[in-house]
Amino acid sequence: MDKPITLITGTRKGIGKYLSEYYVEKGHIVIGCSRSSIDWSLPNYKHFELDVSDEKSVRNLFRCVRKEYGRVDNVINNAGIASMNHALITPLSTVNEVLKTNFIGTFLFCREAGKMMTKNKYGRIVNFTTVATPLKLEGEAVYAASKAAILSLTQVLARELAPFNITVNAIGPTPIETDLIRSVPNEKMQALVQRQAINRYGEFQDVSNVIDFYINKKSDFITGQNIYLGGVS
Amino acid sequence: MKNKIEKLILNAANELNILLDHKLEIEQKSECKLYGQGGVLDSISLVTLIVKVEEKIEDEFKSSIILADEKAMSQRRSPFLTVGTLSAYIESLLNAEVVYG
Repeated sequence: MDKPITLITGTRKGIGKYLSEYYVEKGHIVIGCSRSSIDWSLPNYKHFELDVSDEKSVRNLFRCVRKEYGRVDNVINNAGIASMNHALITPLSTVNEVLKTNFIGTFLFCREAGKMMTKNKYGRIVNFTTVATPLKLEGEAVYAASKAAILSLTQVLARELAPFNITVNAIGPTPIETDLIRSVPNEKMQALVQRQAINRYGEFQDVSNVIDFYINKKSDFITGQNIYLGGVS
Repeated sequence: MKNKIEKLILNAANELNILLDHKLEIEQKSECKLYGQGGVLDSISLVTLIVKVEEKIEDEFKSSIILADEKAMSQRRSPFLTVGTLSAYIESLLNAEVVYG
């Protein structure tokens, strides 16, 4: 049987790096990308250096994937940046950056992946939302809004791509100890964790567990869904 | 170039016909109706055709054009009416790309 072709964005570190290792280990061919170069390598892993919001580079990546593998089975839109700041003192440049990477990046990868997947009449797309949206966290207005846009995109795309047998779902992790939250004071993080039904930090395996479910071939009746970790709703 | 583009669209249409109940009349060549005004494509099959054609253009002309952009959607005469109109539209996009790089 052919190895699944899995594309993951934002693989330089954190969840993206973990997912690359995890799916390579599970026998996938993983294509990853990040804005800067990586200091690690894996067999069956191919890396692209690009900005996920740059249309030309994204289309070029998909052209390379098509030439080399002819298809993509799974796309995991993990790349994201956060910004913690009171809305009143958030510079517009930060808003643009967050929206570009989080929303536009996700959109471009969904669009190009969707095009390639229609040919195969098969595909699984997994996007990343956040518990910051339903928890309405102060200081995360822009980040939470950018992820709310991703949730909306996921739900509409699920309908648009359903005729092509492509599912589009989302996962909303709780805080996991990665670089994304390293700059946030510990007491703030603790207060956040206390608002979850299950009061602990998320772990990488919590994320891959949900993604495994979404990309399972048997999950062809699961689309437009979003699962928040930790019992947040 | 026009003949090449037309041939490429007809190839894509031929591939698409396998999936269609109402087939595209590709023997009518440039007059073959696609979408709207007597065309047999619904919006989903139009999307499939566009994806196929974009891919073939990319392979043939090494050029990544996007067919369904605002320009195409806002044109009074839709470029997706027939193989001929689509072919002319693609030619204009490719020419513009040469000029503006």
